[in-house]
Amino acid sequence: MTAMDWLVILPVLVLSGWALTVLLVDLWIPAKYKFITPLLTVLGLVVTLGLSLSKFGNPQSAFNGMVVVDGFAIFLDFIFLVSGLGAVALAYRYLRRMGIERCEYYSLLMFSISGMMLMTYANDLIMVFLALELLSIPLYVLAGFVRMEVRSEEAALKYFLLGAFSSGFVLYGIGLIFGATSHTELPAVAAAVGKSSANLPMFIVGAALLLVGFGFKQAAVPFHMWSPDVYQGAPSSVTAFMSIGAKAAGFAALMRVFVAAFPSLSADMSWVLWALSALTMIAGNVIAIAQTNIKRLLAYSSIAQTGYLLMAFVPYGNNQVLGDTVAAMLFYLLAYMLTTLGAWAVIIAVEKNGGEGLELKDYAGLGRRHPLLGAAMTIFMVSLIGVPPTLGFWGKFYLFRTALEGGFVWLALIGLLTSLVSAYYYLRVVVIMYMQAGEPETADDLWLRLVALTCAAAVVLLAFMPGSVLSLAVRAVLQIL
Amino acid sequence: MMMPLAYYVGLSAIMFVLGIIGVLVRRNALVVFMSLELMFNAANLLFVAFSAYFQLLTGQIFVFFVMTVAAAEVAVGLALMVEIFRTKHSIDLDQMSEMKG
Repeated sequence: MTAMDWLVILPVLVLSGWALTVLLVDLWIPAKYKFITPLLTVLGLVVTLGLSLSKFGNPQSAFNGMVVVDGFAIFLDFIFLVSGLGAVALAYRYLRRMGIERCEYYSLLMFSISGMMLMTYANDLIMVFLALELLSIPLYVLAGFVRMEVRSEEAALKYFLLGAFSSGFVLYGIGLIFGATSHTELPAVAAAVGKSSANLPMFIVGAALLLVGFGFKQAAVPFHMWSPDVYQGAPSSVTAFMSIGAKAAGFAALMRVFVAAFPSLSADMSWVLWALSALTMIAGNVIAIAQTNIKRLLAYSSIAQTGYLLMAFVPYGNNQVLGDTVAAMLFYLLAYMLTTLGAWAVIIAVEKNGGEGLELKDYAGLGRRHPLLGAAMTIFMVSLIGVPPTLGFWGKFYLFRTALEGGFVWLALIGLLTSLVSAYYYLRVVVIMYMQAGEPETADDLWLRLVALTCAAAVVLLAFMPGSVLSLAVRAVLQIL
Repeated sequence: MMMPLAYYVGLSAIMFVLGIIGVLVRRNALVVFMSLELMFNAANLLFVAFSAYFQLLTGQIFVFFVMTVAAAEVAVGLALMVEIFRTKHSIDLDQMSEMKG
């Protein structure tokens, strides 16, 4: 352990240290000046973002290879930190409006983000487990942040029990992999599998248990049961962050562990991933049709998005496609982050105290009453369907392309058909906003509008230069250590 | 006489499966929580057994991390249960049905 090691993981150190500092400093901030805490949080996140981005193009490993900070990790860090900044902007006035303005929110948010960043750095199964817990435990608390509201408590308890359940699977899977190969470092695990001393059946069971655990975090069907209830019960600003961060972290772990440690399993795994992806796309999109609550609608929509992401991951063992697979998934996660963050900003603007204003019918007339918010929401819905000219279109385009390159034509076909199904429920939101009469009140909140409009602009403008965004993702992939 | 490795692995597998069954079948949140701890400790047993077998320290050190993490989870989980008991006067999971769809 040298000073160099600490420098490599500096972004995470700064962020977790800052989270502790903010937790303490907040005690001395008088009630009148509570706006300082979110300000400090933003400062910490921006500094971390700068530190993290400064490492782009210079992949390093530290602590005897337990962590690696490479382009892949930094690309995902960018997603986590920007969604964290978004979550602060969404929460600032919302928490006060809902009467739950307590400053632990911001510290917990930073702890969770540092766990997510650590997950992208992890190059050892021990680190994967620790990062998974560091990102999950603050989220359990955040989901139950509205203490007096039964729904929020229920959401937190469900999330906690099922989250711990999935951690149990991950942990036992790691135990079996350790037993089969006598290693926990990902490259050493991959190397040990080739040798005759490795216990292959035990190894395969271990890898399958890890897949189950990560599937819970990503909300892949059939491990998705928690997500609609948790998304609905948790405060909306937390749901926004959770639907981006926890999912992206689940995919970060899946990509890192499976690509680095289990390349030899790809033949056995591809049909499992195929079935998971097909099930997730079908169930997510079909159940979403029946939803009338916008938060549940987006929960099922996010399940469906998991299915599309998994679709691109199916051919991960094919070395010719692997680079495209990871790049396409990074691109899609970025597009998903911008789209979802903006959509949640609109939802929070329409939401009223006590869980009111969350039904689809509450959106009647939004398009005419608040043209900017209506237009932004339309852009997000169109992007989630995957129709040009939006970033979501290019994201799906690249995902489908990798699935086809890998030779999974049927899976791509299922993806295409379910996308058509999804158009129905996304466009229903747009129809209700513009065609039905209503006078919806929205919260007078500058920050929500800022987030919604920035995201809408980014989703549209970046769609005119998908090549440069993709080339960034490709550069990130090329730096994988 | 040394006990063969398979005994430890078998015991830990039984503990793990019992834990899963407990989580799926029991309706009291506390008992579910205990079943979760059983799953975690099944994994711990696996780590200790393998690290003794391979003469490696990795597994034993991992167990310390797992115990720390489990303690943190207990803190959060019990706090959530106390809080929910205050509002609902029950921690029966079948009654956690405010949300549907």
